[in-house]
Amino acid sequence: MLLAAVGLAADAEANTSNGYNLPPGVTGLSHELYALHMEIFWICVAIAVVVFGVMIYALVKFRHSQGAIPDTNLVHSTKVEIVWTIVPVLILVAMAIPAAKVILMMEDTRNSELSIRVTGYQWKWEYQYMDAGEGIDFFSTLARDSNYARQLHSGIDPKSVPNYLLDVDKPLVIPSGTKVRLLLTSQDVIHAWWVPDFGAKRSAIPGFVNELWFRVDPGKEGIYQGQCAALCGRDHGFMPVVVDVRTPEAFKQWADAEKAAAKQAAAPAAGPPPTAQVVN
Amino acid sequence: MANAHSSDAASHDHHDQPATGIKRWLFATNHKDIGTMYLIFSLIMFFIGGAMAMVIRAELFQPGLQLVDPVLFNQLTTNHALVMIFGAVMPAFVGLANWMIPMQIGAPDMALPRMNNFSFWILPFAFTLLLSTFLVPGGAAAGGWTLYPPLSLQTGDSFPMLIFAIHMMGVSSIMGAINVIVTIMNMRAPGMNLLKMPLFCWSWLITAYLLIAVMPVLAGAVTMLLTDHFFKTSFFNAAGGGDPVMFEHIFWFFGHPEVYIMILPAFGIISEILPTFSRKPLFGATSMIYAIASIAFLSFIVWGHHMFVDGMPVAAQLFYMMSTMLIAVPTGVKVFNWTATMWRGSLSFEPPMLFAIAFLFLFSIGGFSGLMLAIVPVDFQYNQTYFVVAHFHYVLVPGAVFGIMAGVYYWLPKWTGHMYSMGLAKTHFWLSTISVNVLFFPQHFLGLAGMPRRIPDYAVQFSDWNMVSSIGGFAFGLSQILFAVVVVQSIRGGRKATAQVWEGAHPTGLEWTLPSPAPYHSFSTAPIVE
Repeated sequence: MLLAAVGLAADAEANTSNGYNLPPGVTGLSHELYALHMEIFWICVAIAVVVFGVMIYALVKFRHSQGAIPDTNLVHSTKVEIVWTIVPVLILVAMAIPAAKVILMMEDTRNSELSIRVTGYQWKWEYQYMDAGEGIDFFSTLARDSNYARQLHSGIDPKSVPNYLLDVDKPLVIPSGTKVRLLLTSQDVIHAWWVPDFGAKRSAIPGFVNELWFRVDPGKEGIYQGQCAALCGRDHGFMPVVVDVRTPEAFKQWADAEKAAAKQAAAPAAGPPPTAQVVN
Repeated sequence: MANAHSSDAASHDHHDQPATGIKRWLFATNHKDIGTMYLIFSLIMFFIGGAMAMVIRAELFQPGLQLVDPVLFNQLTTNHALVMIFGAVMPAFVGLANWMIPMQIGAPDMALPRMNNFSFWILPFAFTLLLSTFLVPGGAAAGGWTLYPPLSLQTGDSFPMLIFAIHMMGVSSIMGAINVIVTIMNMRAPGMNLLKMPLFCWSWLITAYLLIAVMPVLAGAVTMLLTDHFFKTSFFNAAGGGDPVMFEHIFWFFGHPEVYIMILPAFGIISEILPTFSRKPLFGATSMIYAIASIAFLSFIVWGHHMFVDGMPVAAQLFYMMSTMLIAVPTGVKVFNWTATMWRGSLSFEPPMLFAIAFLFLFSIGGFSGLMLAIVPVDFQYNQTYFVVAHFHYVLVPGAVFGIMAGVYYWLPKWTGHMYSMGLAKTHFWLSTISVNVLFFPQHFLGLAGMPRRIPDYAVQFSDWNMVSSIGGFAFGLSQILFAVVVVQSIRGGRKATAQVWEGAHPTGLEWTLPSPAPYHSFSTAPIVE
């Protein structure tokens, strides 16, 4: 009962990991990945139980100290060797088929409803909206209180900082129930954009545009956190990814307000080129 | 030519006994002296790389930055890997090869003794150069041991030193590999055909070919980095029309065979030890050789599995997934053969056997996580997290390092002529085995829960498992001091070892026909193998 309550609380909060396993997540893709992960995990556990069981039996049963007599003729058996070559092949095929299906699903970026260009910088993310969000363009950096606390010898207890290292000044905002496609690239070194709850990770590589997509289940609106997943220099550990998932209506409101604000910011700056985005 | 030969023969007579003082080591051409130097060098590097790991685990003991700046942290992770891979594990296997291959095939020495000397003596210089990069402006390399550009090109003044150090390590490895191949191909005792050769020699023969195949590839990759950095080439610079992903392909074409370079000789050692202490010949010896050869072949066609998240056509993802999964088949054959070797045996649990058994279990755990990582879709979740860190440390520490320690405990009395303290060695075993699991098992949880690797600080939900892992790390690090104590004690004295060393187990193999300690020139007259 208590466990269920805790589970529900976690569910309501963000569907995050329980601290020792992958999160089931909030997208169709993350559910698939979680199911595949658990399936392969249990196959490995089953194999381990059999193989380790046989080993442990041998270790207990065939001890010299218990007077075991070695059977020195047991050195070869073509039959057994064929069996333990063929059986693993069959198990592997059984694993590969569902995996291949999920690969095809992951790579199908067609018919996306919202595209966002994500650019990695040392050490922040830039989000440029296309489609319905055309014109929205901002940077997302580590939140200020985390940034103070994470300095060497800061003396600030990280546990006192809300969402330590997983909070940004301005999160990526996306609508739920919508196929969102990210176009990832980088301006300097290789980064990787990752939100575990979405089952979404891709490298952002200079000179390349990588694609990934996800659709957050309706009803799962909320804040989702992740981190840069490719070593990108000094502050690699300090460029979180935070996504604010809203209902399509709330998203539209937000997008309209952002576009209006962007227009206003651009208007007076008739003389010099608009540098507001770069300064951040 | 004839002249050279006769003077060579003369100097051989002259060198029946080791030279004295520093000359014995500086001008060493004897396989045992060079093997000893390799092993001692490797142990020193193991402790230096270990000290770096201790600082890393101390920083990760709790969230927040307490000890080191993020830049220094990245330098430590990068150099921990380089030191452990190129300084500790690989030289340890070359040291074991130097000691054991001539003794196992019935040869007096390695085929190319002067090259042997050279290949060792490059290493202290290479690692002095590598470690001194911590002292130059900009500090040591901090872009990860994989040296991915463009990040690695941001290294400070130490960049050319790093590249040169890697070149020297590569030259040393290639010379060592050539020596192993030439020795095995030409100096086997009469009657010892290839299929009769001990598994340790087999595993090293195949490893040596892997080394010769891939070390030049690494050299090429880092040379291209060097020219990108200093000579305005654009091999990996996208702005100049280059391709940063190309580096990853070239690097992992080296890097994946490299991981088998670090495990195949351990397979060989385990295949020597398990039969001895099971008092039963190795099960399926021929299939073991085929398994090693298949793993070696497959290692060349799986490199893409390191790069799934970098973007790859579906066909390539499927190919790399399946080729990687295929490696589980020969690896499984090996594990099953080892298990069958113990089956209906008569097992006793001396320190080498204990390490071999721990290897069997813990390497298999690394194999399982490896299989999980091969599955492309879930790899997208695991990649670049602590799950990967847990995986490769399971393969490398209770895999490769336990294999090396098993080998040392197996052959040490043969080298020194003294038995070591079984009690101390068993204590070392239990402390290491327990702490290595406390150290690395929780890292699976951290990775699955979402902690990226290579970060100096983490969100507070990762605190508990990191603390457990760090405690395990300190315990594992301290336990290794016992290993050094056992080895030093055995060098200084102890109960005399017999020629068979493990009399109760009747080990087979030519090395056990020699007295302990083995004579300076192993077999001056070639033994006849039935």
